[in-house]
Amino acid sequence: MTVLEIIGSVCIIAGSLFGVVGAMGLLRFPDFYTRIHAAGVADSICVILIIGGLMMFASSWLIAVKLLMVLFFLLFTTPTASYALARAALRAGFHPVTGKSGGKS
Amino acid sequence: MISLGITAVAILVVIGLALVRAFLGPTIYDRVLAVNMVGTKTVLLICVIDFLGGNGDFLDVALVYALINFIGVIAMLKFYHDDSGDAESAQAQNSTLQQEEIL
Repeated sequence: MTVLEIIGSVCIIAGSLFGVVGAMGLLRFPDFYTRIHAAGVADSICVILIIGGLMMFASSWLIAVKLLMVLFFLLFTTPTASYALARAALRAGFHPVTGKSGGKS
Repeated sequence: MISLGITAVAILVVIGLALVRAFLGPTIYDRVLAVNMVGTKTVLLICVIDFLGGNGDFLDVALVYALINFIGVIAMLKFYHDDSGDAESAQAQNSTLQQEEIL
């Protein structure tokens, strides 16, 4: 293995760890807005690490540029979708659970 | 590559957990959030599978899949758009929508 492949392996394994943590947050957080937080934040770092790590494995410039286009597109669309989802839920009348006691929504 | 295999299995686990949330989700927005996460992770899985055995052709598929996923989420939110003020009526409407199971 070359040095680039070792760096890429570390990056994609770290990205999959962030993805699993985000999915556990999506499954276990009590409120809808906290679930948006877990999914959005962990998705962004997971996409950056996995596609950035795969770019280290790329054999030609064309594949690297295609991966860069996928990365830019996902980085533009994932926060936009999270924002649109939170805005639609807030306008539909769901309010975030605040305070110490919290509770299940 | 062993690391690509580990990453593919981890992405499949993430898709499974998000599908559990999509089935359990109390509101329609939880389901849309989980389906959005499944779509994003599917794009990543297509990229990883391309590096496992392909020759760069699946990356175009991944790009188009990302586009369709984004447009699908926005269209779903427009479809369930609701301006009816308070949470009780919205939750009542959501529960009736879940009972009918239109989609």
